[in-house]
Amino acid sequence: MDFLNAIVAFANFVFVPGLAYGAQLALGALGVTLIYGILRFSNFAHGDTMAFGTMATILVTWLLQSWGVSFGVLPTALLALPFGVAATALVVLGTDRAVYRFYRKQKAAPVILVIVSMGVMFVMNGIVRFIIGVEDIGFADGERFLISARTFKEMTGLDEGLAIRTTTVITLVTAAIAVALLFWFLNKTRTGKSMRAFSDNEDLALLSGISPERVVAVTWIIVAALATTAGVLYGLDKSFKAFTYFQLLLPIFAAAIVGGLGNPLGAIAGGFVIAFSEVTVTYAWKKVLGYVLPDSLAPDSLVQLLSTDYKFAVSFALLILVLLFKPTGLFKGQSV
Amino acid sequence: MSQTMRNVVLFGLMGLLIVGTGLMQGWNLALTIVNMGLISGVMALGVNLQWGFAGLFNIGVMGFVALGGLATVLVSMPATPGAWGAGGIRIMLSLVLGAATIVAAVLVQQRMEKGRMRGVATVAILIIGFFVFRAAFDPGVEGVEAINPASSGNLGGLGLPVLIAWPVGGLLAAGAAWIIGKTALGLRSDYLAIATLGIAEIILAVMKNEDWLARGVKNVIGIPRPVAYEVELQQDPGFIERAASFGLDPVGASTLYVKLSYGVLFALVLILLLWLAQRALNSPWGRMMRAIRDNEVAAEAMGKDVKGRHLQIFILGSAICGIAGAMMTTLDGQLTPTSYQPLRFTFLVWVMVIVGGSGNNFGAVLGGMLIWWLWVMVEPIGLWLMQVITSGMADGSWLKDHLIDSAAQMRLLTMGVILLLMLRFNPRGLIPER
Repeated sequence: MDFLNAIVAFANFVFVPGLAYGAQLALGALGVTLIYGILRFSNFAHGDTMAFGTMATILVTWLLQSWGVSFGVLPTALLALPFGVAATALVVLGTDRAVYRFYRKQKAAPVILVIVSMGVMFVMNGIVRFIIGVEDIGFADGERFLISARTFKEMTGLDEGLAIRTTTVITLVTAAIAVALLFWFLNKTRTGKSMRAFSDNEDLALLSGISPERVVAVTWIIVAALATTAGVLYGLDKSFKAFTYFQLLLPIFAAAIVGGLGNPLGAIAGGFVIAFSEVTVTYAWKKVLGYVLPDSLAPDSLVQLLSTDYKFAVSFALLILVLLFKPTGLFKGQSV
Repeated sequence: MSQTMRNVVLFGLMGLLIVGTGLMQGWNLALTIVNMGLISGVMALGVNLQWGFAGLFNIGVMGFVALGGLATVLVSMPATPGAWGAGGIRIMLSLVLGAATIVAAVLVQQRMEKGRMRGVATVAILIIGFFVFRAAFDPGVEGVEAINPASSGNLGGLGLPVLIAWPVGGLLAAGAAWIIGKTALGLRSDYLAIATLGIAEIILAVMKNEDWLARGVKNVIGIPRPVAYEVELQQDPGFIERAASFGLDPVGASTLYVKLSYGVLFALVLILLLWLAQRALNSPWGRMMRAIRDNEVAAEAMGKDVKGRHLQIFILGSAICGIAGAMMTTLDGQLTPTSYQPLRFTFLVWVMVIVGGSGNNFGAVLGGMLIWWLWVMVEPIGLWLMQVITSGMADGSWLKDHLIDSAAQMRLLTMGVILLLMLRFNPRGLIPER
């Protein structure tokens, strides 16, 4: 019984939250990795693209709510998500046309493009703050829990509860659908194949008649969809705040690099690696260990390796370790 | 127009902007802008050293600035009575223990034969070392943090004059830069960028979290000043008399006097650093740096130690940022770790360098002053603009209220647009590299 309790406590506080966070990071890292693979620079505006997409979705959600439209037990934001994606796609395509294309034509060094993306980051951050403000915004409605901790305890008769939040399930399902669609697109469709060809060898792809502008445009649209989805899922799970999204940049980059920059599979793996390391290192293990260990060995302290404020340090330490010992990442990514 | 003339004109225009601000909005505000502008100039000089001279992409400026601020507390605040006895010494010893663990792991990596044994030994040393460190460290922290937590609960400082904290801030930042440079400088540009971004966040996390060091998010206030206090000046009959002879009231005159004294101190530091940076730029060392920047492979083939030089300039630039951070905390008179935000302390400095002209020291300083002026002035200008735009709308309409409320958020937008426009149409900056 104690062992079961330990497993449930572990699942409730470490496994399930880590899974949801990992899925959100993986979607974010996919966006970063695609930009890197096709456009060949690290996009620092990605966190703010996520914030922009989420903001657009929130605005549509509010509109739908004011019309009295709801999605039953599911959050209304899911209905608004396609509109958010469309708005974000328009904005990133506009940004590409107005800003990035000039440097692409010039064949500017990647580091210049990174600095340019810093400028875009400023502008997008400013727009988001300007339109929706800097406050914390919760926009999750519908049913909060699929199974609340209490129901779980009554169902199983255990001391520990396992709460399954609706947002967690939505995150996992949506992320799975998004990833499946992405891989189907990259592997089965003509456009997807041309994207992969472009990423592998630009000159060869150009010679075989692939239109670079088309590949770039499709990439931006996919990135917009991924970023908006990641942002909305994160916002549903926690809450929306412009500054938090900017800070997500670090774990997202860590995920993309740990997995292997430019490799979509690696981005997904990296997202979960980063998420689980952050959660396990900053979780206080006292409860779980208290169930597993005999009473005489039960710990007095919290058994927390590092306080939660150091979660950035965890993703960062992993990042450095991977860069030092396996510079191309866990899955083979590009390293220029 | 010759280069020198152009510089004189540009700096003259900058001076006019300040004078204009003084005439329109009061000298108090103008001097506040000048003081922070001077500090921004120093930060921009540091980043310019790394990016302009050597092409190193460091976006962890915030971390070094924060370390400088930490140095101010550690040097100038009085020591908390009893803190060293209650656990301070224990903390220091366990920190040494932690450092020894890492050194041992590095030694194992270097000395042992490559293979599974080496990996196991390294991991074992690190894990055992971590738990031993925590066992030694935690009671010490508890002891220190238990002392009068409402007002101190930290080790306090050395009680030395605050001006000493400025070079110490530089040293602290240089030390951090050495560790970072050793691990991350071999990486290519965008990896280095992400690594430095991460380091800055970690430095901030440590400062927010380790209350024994500088009270964490509880902030340290009342840091001693290098200049006179307003209250004292207002009670000094000699000062009141002199103020009256300029036709100023004692209160206004004392604030102006204090700000002016800060300004003189900052200007001295800036001029000294600028002189040093100019000397460095025009020396054989500076030419070598630029040669490495423009073509690493060729420079290496000529026998230049690329990695060593990169480490050197990374440390120097970070140290300058640390000095600027110590100056800023001195000016504020308090250390508030939550006020350090990457957009303000890292990316804004980058806008300064790029707008001013990367690779040119005078450009960096001009960019620092100009962008800081804009950063302060965008808010009133934005508010005014919004009032003009909304003047036709009905009072109390939600759009009007929203636009006027959001005027404060115009800053980031403006900075981004300026950066993008500069990069597109004048990528070499206002005062380009020669």
